[in-house]
Amino acid sequence: MYIIKLLIKNTFRHKLRTCLTVLSVAIAILAFGLLRTVIDAWYAGVQASSVNRLVARHAVSMILTLPISYKEKIRQIEGVKIVSYGTWFGAFYIEEKNFFANFAVDPKSFLELYPEYILQPDEKSAFLRDKKSCVAGAKLVKRFGWKIGDIVTLKGTIYPGNWEFVLRGIYRGKNKNTDESQFFFHFDYLNETLKKTVPARADQVGYYMIEVASADLVADVAIRIDKTFHNSLAETLTETEKAFQLGFVSMSDAIITALRLVTFIVIVIILAVVANTINMTARERIGEYSVFKTLGFGGWRIAGLIFGESLIITMIGCTVGIILTFPSANAFANTVGSYFPTFNVTMDTILLDIMFSILVGMLAAIIPTYHSIKIPIADGLRRIG
Amino acid sequence: MFIPFSYSIKNILTRKVTTILTASGMALVVFVFTTILMMAHGLEKTLIDTGSYDNGVVIRKGSGAEVMSWVSRSQASIIESDPQVAIGIDGKPLFAKELNVLITLPKKGDNKQSNVTIRGIGDASMKLRPQIQLIEGRMPKPGSSEVAAGLSVVKRFQGVNIGRNLRFGMRDWNIVGIFDAGNTGYNSEIWGDNDQLMQSFRRPVYSSLIFKLKDSSEFGKLKERIEKDPRMNHEIKRETKYYADQSEMMAKFLRILGMSLTVIFSLGAVIGAMITMYAAVSSRVAEIGTMRALGFQRRSIMGAFLLESLLLSLTGGLAGLFFASFLQFFTISTMNFQTFSELAFSFSLNLNIALKSLMFSLVMGFVGGVLPALRASRMNIVDALRQA
Repeated sequence: MYIIKLLIKNTFRHKLRTCLTVLSVAIAILAFGLLRTVIDAWYAGVQASSVNRLVARHAVSMILTLPISYKEKIRQIEGVKIVSYGTWFGAFYIEEKNFFANFAVDPKSFLELYPEYILQPDEKSAFLRDKKSCVAGAKLVKRFGWKIGDIVTLKGTIYPGNWEFVLRGIYRGKNKNTDESQFFFHFDYLNETLKKTVPARADQVGYYMIEVASADLVADVAIRIDKTFHNSLAETLTETEKAFQLGFVSMSDAIITALRLVTFIVIVIILAVVANTINMTARERIGEYSVFKTLGFGGWRIAGLIFGESLIITMIGCTVGIILTFPSANAFANTVGSYFPTFNVTMDTILLDIMFSILVGMLAAIIPTYHSIKIPIADGLRRIG
Repeated sequence: MFIPFSYSIKNILTRKVTTILTASGMALVVFVFTTILMMAHGLEKTLIDTGSYDNGVVIRKGSGAEVMSWVSRSQASIIESDPQVAIGIDGKPLFAKELNVLITLPKKGDNKQSNVTIRGIGDASMKLRPQIQLIEGRMPKPGSSEVAAGLSVVKRFQGVNIGRNLRFGMRDWNIVGIFDAGNTGYNSEIWGDNDQLMQSFRRPVYSSLIFKLKDSSEFGKLKERIEKDPRMNHEIKRETKYYADQSEMMAKFLRILGMSLTVIFSLGAVIGAMITMYAAVSSRVAEIGTMRALGFQRRSIMGAFLLESLLLSLTGGLAGLFFASFLQFFTISTMNFQTFSELAFSFSLNLNIALKSLMFSLVMGFVGGVLPALRASRMNIVDALRQA
């Protein structure tokens, strides 16, 4: 018991120094937590994808389209349960910086295929009934202050012009990692407008989403779909939803790698600060440690004192940092939330926070401990400052 | 009366471990800071080099990028006959109708699919971009299934090299040349004859028009003429502006991310410096008392400690800059969110960035050292001497 009392007394002997060190550990843990959350947000789409869903797109490129006639052909393939289709619409609201994901989809099959998008039953039927209607995620609705029944006008980039939609429903995610910042509307609305204006671009979809009867059939079905359209004008590339999402993420690989590197840099910076504090503290107390040794306490006791103090400092800093992570993540999500669909601090991040704090606390204490134990008693007693 | 400079230096050298730890914390922050500046500068440089101020790009209004734009053949002819289009030495207009589509190719190493831009070119395409050098083979002949690839496509993607075939658009395309476009976006493109490519992608329209302006100062009038023409729904931008707009979002993202990281990290390092300097002050109380008794003024004491802190941070700053300068050998490629194409750029260092980084490290040293130095200068002579 005495040893714990001594540890705490020791830790707060230099109040200012300890407070500063704790503060810097807290800042580092906060930075680490936020960076990890940013990286997680990048992979949110990947994590939210289901194992028995496939995505078929044009084999040459994402920007080329597939004929709508493929739907029936895909439906005939063994193992396919539901087929739906959609197109990346790429429009924005008022200004280009108000960017969000918007898709033209086949509403009925789409909602069947994605049970994680939850709509109220009356909103759902209103959405299905009205061809000019749209649904948006709760986060998106909050961002622009829309209400049900509002007319939302989007400016098209891929499909030029002003497009008017009536907001008929606000969907919520079933899981925490479901993206609540998307916008969906009837493919028929787009298609019928195109038939009038640019007939050459009508009856073309961006991708097919396919639900497979069971997860172990997924690979076979993907091959069967691609074989069906082999050597046609629009060959398909079918992959699992996860691989499809990963494909997007991997295109911005360089940024993620940089972020990951930076998370380690922050750990190293903090290691330098804590190691410095512990080193100074231990040096100042060389005399005391020598007294301990003279009294017969072994090297382990002294090591325990130094390691204990180091760990107390890092753990306090870690706790403060973790507590601060949540409000800052919220603030961050509110300001730049439009770049990221979901922004949640995960349990893994917190465990990593704790793990790294312990690691830093341990590493920082190694050298000072070594010096304090090795120094002969007489030298230690003689040394000042 | 000033305390000699050597006093500060000697103090730094006495405590090696502390000095190294504090300076290395600072070095890492300066490293991150410099890296971000270098990245932003590299991106900017790539864009400026890609476009030419005297070239105009015509794209469909609201499309933002070539990939999403289209220009019909008749609309292209309207612009081609505009008196503002410069005429080359061969008597033909310096005017190119181009196609821009994306295909995916597997990357070398990890086999991941990534986007590559295919550009259908006309006769003048090469002349309009003097920064592009053919380094191997020849350019594709008009009317043939031949393509030339940019150097970074050759380096980073599988199966792209001279003499090889690429299959896309239901056809095999023979790679007959490799061009080097230096630091520009064209290096991540594959070029072929536009009529052949339009046919194979079943796209009867061009993506964009690019031409040299006869008189660059008349750009405003030309812009008005094109944008008011009822037969067109297109806009014209100077090429430099066009490319700057394209990666605006990317640049902004890097800037916000970089600056917030730097601020957070520098807080950590400043606190580190503060801890070190407070310790330096408190272990030298007797010394400070003696110096004050000898007649050194409060100012000089404060100056000496501040100098010590600045030296410490400058050491860190130099080390950080030194390591960051090696990044110039690296090139990053990432997806441009606005165009979905690959954007490759390298870290680029210049004197301005180096000075900014060093200034930044000095600021960190100053902020970290000012409070401890103040404490040192405020000490009472008698109390300080007694504490020894």
